[in-house]
Amino acid sequence: MRRYFARKLLVYVLTFVFAVTVNWMIPRFMPGDPVSAMISRARVSQPEAVEAMRAYYNELFGFDRPVWEQYLHFWGSLLQGDFGLSIWVFPQPVSSVILGALPYTLALMVPAVLLSWFVGNWLGALAARRKVLDNTVLPAGYLLTAMPYMWIAVLLAWLLGAKAGWFPVSGGYSLDIQPTWTWHFFTDALHHWVLPFLSLFLVALGGWAIGMRNMIIYELEADHSSYLSALGAPQRLIRRYAFRNAVLPQITGLALQLGVLVAGALVTEIVFNYPGLGSLILAAIQNRDFFLLQGTFLFIVIGVLIANFIIDLVYVVVDPRTRTGMAGGR
Amino acid sequence: MTLTVDDLRVHYRTLRGDVRALDGVSFTVADGEILGLVGESGCGKTTLGKSLIRMDGRMRHIGGTVTLDGDDVPVGDDRAMNAFRFHRISLVPQYSMSALNPTRRIGRMVRELLASRGVSVDTGELHRRLALVGLGPEVLERYPIELSGGMKQRTVMVISTLLDPSLLVADEVTSALDVSNQKAVAHALVGLRDRGLVTSMVFITHDLALTSHIADTVMVMYAGRLAEKAPAGVLTTAPRHPYTRRLLAALPEAGVRRSQGRLSGIEGSPPSLLSPPAGCRFRDRCPLADDRCAEQPPVVEVAPRHHVACWKA
Repeated sequence: MRRYFARKLLVYVLTFVFAVTVNWMIPRFMPGDPVSAMISRARVSQPEAVEAMRAYYNELFGFDRPVWEQYLHFWGSLLQGDFGLSIWVFPQPVSSVILGALPYTLALMVPAVLLSWFVGNWLGALAARRKVLDNTVLPAGYLLTAMPYMWIAVLLAWLLGAKAGWFPVSGGYSLDIQPTWTWHFFTDALHHWVLPFLSLFLVALGGWAIGMRNMIIYELEADHSSYLSALGAPQRLIRRYAFRNAVLPQITGLALQLGVLVAGALVTEIVFNYPGLGSLILAAIQNRDFFLLQGTFLFIVIGVLIANFIIDLVYVVVDPRTRTGMAGGR
Repeated sequence: MTLTVDDLRVHYRTLRGDVRALDGVSFTVADGEILGLVGESGCGKTTLGKSLIRMDGRMRHIGGTVTLDGDDVPVGDDRAMNAFRFHRISLVPQYSMSALNPTRRIGRMVRELLASRGVSVDTGELHRRLALVGLGPEVLERYPIELSGGMKQRTVMVISTLLDPSLLVADEVTSALDVSNQKAVAHALVGLRDRGLVTSMVFITHDLALTSHIADTVMVMYAGRLAEKAPAGVLTTAPRHPYTRRLLAALPEAGVRRSQGRLSGIEGSPPSLLSPPAGCRFRDRCPLADDRCAEQPPVVEVAPRHHVACWKA
């Protein structure tokens, strides 16, 4: 058991180092110069002033030092929780910008991922081997899972937002209020949350339902199900056993899908102008804000790694075969 | 009289029409009797075994009756059959190696299965039964992957016979085993009967040699019909049906060399059961066939307990 987790942990650490390195590299090798962008924003025309500003910014962000030193320095400050200063909203630290956006993305992602997984599995299990439900859930599932995130987002915004007028189509809260710990703000944020949540939830739902339906049918055809039927066990027991076995690949699927779901959430946020990490990434790219981009990517990588590690733990708990395998087959 | 099967007809629904896998089979199995059921693949032996406990979705009960201890067995009615399953008719399946759910401890699965049939577990009795087939009580704490193939097979045998059924259908239980395990399983089955844990048994196999050792009576089937049924000793020493004779001649004997005579196979292959020919179904492969065989031979009791369906017998 300990060796298993040690090995897993090593893989996660290596992935993290690799991700951080790639993350550091990409913005630096992207075309465009952020310092020029900042200077041009300042609209200074005297060459001496421009030179002075360039020197100041280069020193401030460490661009005047060799690349390897920048890399090591990056790691050093990273381990101290220092992601640098944002260029876009200079001089706010990147970490505080990200922490401001993080709750919105989490509030969107966590319920969408978990609820779509639970409801999808439940629907799929219900549909398997029941003619009428199967003929409705399956096509609906294919339709939903085939929809691109932004397309369903636009569709929902048009239908429930613009046409029906039930939900606001933009922002995380109304423009006339400030984020505070009040009931008023909470209900307003919830109102804005519905549409982006729904678009993420619906797309993921279809995939889970189809997967679960297929797995349940496979399990119901398996020998151990036939044996139970031959001994007259009620359908309820047979289905319960089939469900338990069918959930295992769905858990693995959840781990594999997390990255895709994160990407979907980012696109959805941009459609709804939702103030989460997705909108932050867009702003960072538009403003050539390396540090913000790096910081956001890093948070996403850390989030996906943590979620995967949790799924690894859950899998050990629910599948006795991994457990007995680790204990040396005893 | 434990089991009486009368003119049982079971067809498989296919897109090209009905496959007459079981086309009018009648026989009886007495209390304490082990009936060995042999024949080539596709002769209907597994269909017969399945019909006695649970038909799969493609099987249709066309006609005939099954009676167990004087009660009518509703073989064609999946729901009504549930009352008989496990309590009175049980099964040791062909797929014993994969019959146990891989994610449940065996003990827990047995408990839940019994509870679902309204029976509480007698742990002492369960341990005693496991000991009879050479398994310790710790098997119940294991997952199926932790057992060897032979252990799984024996565990399934114990589970299936836990409620002392009148009839046990053992379908190809020895086919996947090596000879020493075959012997152990065969002995265990006979032991179940000898201890009265099962009243009678239908032992389905394609292994005529093994059947003749453990069965009291052997029934040979061909193309969905009964060919010959006789006490095991009689069938192997004095077979009357040409098919049985050729089947026996096709059995290899250990130590016999090619120079001492070649084994003779049976020429040709069984007829399609989609549209079987009229008359005796073995006619095309039979060396004795003549014009009379165009008419279907009735099953005749040529000697006490010796039934043959052949004009030449």
